[in-house]
Amino acid sequence: MFYSPEPMHIPDGFLSGLVSILLWIISIVVVGYALKRVSKDLGERQVPLMGVLAAAIFAGQMLNFAVAGGTSGHLMGAALATILLGPWAAVLVLTTVVGVQALIFQDGGLLALGANILNMGVIGVAVAYMAYQTIRKLAGERRWGVFFGGLAAGWLSVVIASLAVALELAVSGTSPANVAVPAMAGIHALIGIGEGLITIGALAFVYTVRPDLLRLKSERAVGGAAVWVVGLLLAIGLAIASPLASSHPDGLEWVAEQKGFLDTAQGALYEIIPDYIFPGVANEALATILAGILGTLIVFGAALGLAHLRRSRQTAE
Amino acid sequence: MHVHFLDPYRPKISPVHSLDPRVKFVLILAFILCTALTPSAAWPIYILLLSLAVAVEVLSDLGVGYVFKRAMLALPFVLAALPVIFSTAGSPLFSLPLGSWTLTASLPGLERFLSITIKSWISVQAAILLAATTSFPDLLVAMRAVRIPRLLVAVFGLMWRYLFVLVDEALRLLRARAARSGSSGDPKLKTGGSLVWRARVAGGMAGSLFLRGFERSDRIYMAMLSRGYDGEVRSLPLPELTPAHWLVLFFGLSLLMLLLLFSHLLW
Repeated sequence: MFYSPEPMHIPDGFLSGLVSILLWIISIVVVGYALKRVSKDLGERQVPLMGVLAAAIFAGQMLNFAVAGGTSGHLMGAALATILLGPWAAVLVLTTVVGVQALIFQDGGLLALGANILNMGVIGVAVAYMAYQTIRKLAGERRWGVFFGGLAAGWLSVVIASLAVALELAVSGTSPANVAVPAMAGIHALIGIGEGLITIGALAFVYTVRPDLLRLKSERAVGGAAVWVVGLLLAIGLAIASPLASSHPDGLEWVAEQKGFLDTAQGALYEIIPDYIFPGVANEALATILAGILGTLIVFGAALGLAHLRRSRQTAE
Repeated sequence: MHVHFLDPYRPKISPVHSLDPRVKFVLILAFILCTALTPSAAWPIYILLLSLAVAVEVLSDLGVGYVFKRAMLALPFVLAALPVIFSTAGSPLFSLPLGSWTLTASLPGLERFLSITIKSWISVQAAILLAATTSFPDLLVAMRAVRIPRLLVAVFGLMWRYLFVLVDEALRLLRARAARSGSSGDPKLKTGGSLVWRARVAGGMAGSLFLRGFERSDRIYMAMLSRGYDGEVRSLPLPELTPAHWLVLFFGLSLLMLLLLFSHLLW
């Protein structure tokens, strides 16, 4: 179908429980603040505007163009949404898009949704805002500022977000940093070019049809300085941290070890019965297999019984 | 062509479909959390979790095959976890000579990789169960019940309502591009312009889609205003959960807690 899962959406199972919960908390805080900001700025217009534009970004991700050898480039939309709507509204729009993708289409996990919102909706937006605003300010009111800004915002948002994905996978112990970081950065440096080019095309269209949407407006800059700084810090931090992490995996190993330490600390709490053996079976491995088979049979039996009961009742009716 | 087939909801009559969406939502999230917190290489627990998922799939009348097939969607991401086989220290399994390097797979590495794959597969099945047995309005009810801000839930609701309209719009744009672009059956003849040109065309489509969405949202806003919208999202209070639903919730959560406890006790 149209739906191609991207390497950017992390499915469930790839992040450790601790990491997922931590990233969820960060995302909730940022999205909560964005919600407050946007309701103040937009008031009652917020719901229809955000809802329809989220649908537009979702649909826009289906627009593709052939690259080479059967591959195609398509839009992620963080940069475009940020440039046209401002950072806070873009956070909400992308949160909605990523949320629906996870809830309905299983593109990205539910427990990993916090991480996915953070990567695409928060990091992607902050970095895109920083890149676009910087180039816009440098160019003044000149035309090239819009297009170079769009290219830089598109490319950088995709690449930095992919670095965040790689680091999250590495901290979870799913993928070693010295493989994940170069691989993700390499793939997304290419995908990012497509994103940047589509963003330019879209901005060129908007520039001819509705140039008022692209004017440097002072009211959009309220609180923008803070976002700019955060975007810069994220871009620099991730761009430095990931090569560091990939050349010195010790640092992340240290994190993983600490986590392992935490796990064993938790384990000690659970180990109330130190030598747990399935009653009557001496071999521990055999005991666990037996327990597994027994449990499976019970669960399956119950389910089949219920299904059978239901079917017989339906035929009786 | 319309895209209603995008909606994964399959209306059927089954105990899983008729379960209160709030209970279902919480139980599915707890199931996925429980799967994530299960330690690596706890195979019997994985089997139990999988059989639990399969049992609910059987109960839901969706067909196990349907869910299995859809669950393959997340499999390409497994590539990201592949290097862990070779990077984890432990007793060596086999070596792959790769030019001047030799990659040595370790047993703990392989166990870790398989654990990640299986956990991911089980979690995706749970998420598919939720999406296939719950209609979107019911999901919105569940989102409200877990205290997601009402405004955000309203944005989700509106997005869903116009998703199909805008996807139709995107399909029309794609069809129009296909109609404008002649292509030759001769593979030697180059079709289309340069890469930058193709990207610009796609970008123009994205920009026009965005503007159409923008203008549509204006019209929707006007329509909402003329029907008395004042910025406040009003919704009916959620009905009380029946004792039976509390019981299902309690048993489901305790079963998952028990599984989690076992997995940590034994591994």
